[in-house]
Amino acid sequence: MASGQTILLDSAGVNRALTRIAHEILEQNKGSKNLALVGIRSGGDTLSKELAKIISRIEQVDVPCGSIDIGLYRDDLSSRGTVKVGPTDIPFNLDGLSIVLVDDVLFTGRTIRAAMDALMDLGRPRAIQLAVLIDRGHRELPIRADFVGRNVPTAKEEKVDLIFDDNNCAAEVHLLKPRVK
Amino acid sequence: MAFAHKHILGINELSREDIITILDTAESFKEINTREIKKVPTLRGKTIINLFFESSTRTRTSFEIAGKRLSADTVNISASASSVTKGETLEDTARNIEAMHPDIIVMRHSASGAPHYLAQRLNCSVVNAGDGAHEHPSQALLDLFTIRQHKGRIEDLKVAIIGDITHSRVVRSNLYALNKMGAEVRLSGPGTMIPPGIEKMGATVYADMNEAIDGADVVMMLRIQMERQGKSLIPSLREYARFYGLNTVNLKLARPDALVMHPGPINRGVELSSYVADGPQNVILSQVENGVAVRMALLYLISGVEHSEA
Repeated sequence: MASGQTILLDSAGVNRALTRIAHEILEQNKGSKNLALVGIRSGGDTLSKELAKIISRIEQVDVPCGSIDIGLYRDDLSSRGTVKVGPTDIPFNLDGLSIVLVDDVLFTGRTIRAAMDALMDLGRPRAIQLAVLIDRGHRELPIRADFVGRNVPTAKEEKVDLIFDDNNCAAEVHLLKPRVK
Repeated sequence: MAFAHKHILGINELSREDIITILDTAESFKEINTREIKKVPTLRGKTIINLFFESSTRTRTSFEIAGKRLSADTVNISASASSVTKGETLEDTARNIEAMHPDIIVMRHSASGAPHYLAQRLNCSVVNAGDGAHEHPSQALLDLFTIRQHKGRIEDLKVAIIGDITHSRVVRSNLYALNKMGAEVRLSGPGTMIPPGIEKMGATVYADMNEAIDGADVVMMLRIQMERQGKSLIPSLREYARFYGLNTVNLKLARPDALVMHPGPINRGVELSSYVADGPQNVILSQVENGVAVRMALLYLISGVEHSEA
């Protein structure tokens, strides 16, 4: 492949990973009581909706599901400038719930730090757990995921992209290597 | 996202895309104002100075709250309590303030172009909160935001603006803004309050207020500015209210779902009857509410630009 693109997970792989994560979330939390999912925009919010669907198939109950935009909590406004800020939509009270934060790719951990700060500003969850589809390493903060779809060793310059299909469902995960000069 | 303005001096300088970016960003900020903890850490460590050479309650409070909800430190200076009364020039005042390293100066001044003058001379960002009879960009943006919120669009809407067109910076900014967004603007007011040639800015002028309101989607009423020159331009407030006041009778000429807007403060019984001001079609307080979100968006967007250049 010219651009050095590898497929890490195809759509069946994504589905298997999400199904396993859903089971693990339920196992660890002993069911879906007081459980809620919050996806980090954008990418994580789509995954969190898919996880919620799988969980409701398994347990026959709907878990609350929201999305959070971390644009206002970033630590690099000074170096990267403004990014588009999307809406945060959490239609339930966080107090006392176990929140599973959902993101597509775990990298430096800075996004997760921002998301946890944002959640704390919205209420007082009983616990926050982290579910990610891909953990690619290179952490810059003491953060780890509770539920991981797949661990992928990467080089820092590489890019991991989650591709969505026409129905906005997670379809494939690509690893992009930078062009060799 | 390409928002490349370090200063917000007027709507004239903004493109249609800039305006849409500001409105979309404000949409995201609106939710923060309804939270229990109405604060995000985005502008932590930034200093915003509200430099107001003219009195203002709404705009100044709105900018102050907007800054505080983004965690910036906001400081208010009003001319009556400052060294301006001791004879200091505008530039000297601004330079002294700049020596304390603010990041943004939000400024209102009675002279048109005063913020532009400072923007050329200072390193920090300057936001125009109203300059003379020139522009009041944040007001026009919150008006657009409120129209879009209630009507779902701005394009092709008929917007009637009634009152003292000559001395209104709100009209000037709204003319630029509404035209850029594709709305049809109609103006009406006493002949002494319509500047010659205003049609060239993209508006139709009606001597009869009723014609301007006829079929309008939005009726924007302006305040007769008694502190400026209102008195010599109209025979009496009662006569003005009779010919250019909005009441339940002439409001029927507009579309049944027309919005009644007013930049405030209202002179009840003059440009707006109390029945209309408190009536079901008024969105005046929604304008004020949206003002905070729109100003948060402005402060956020210009803060990012300043640093991504460096």
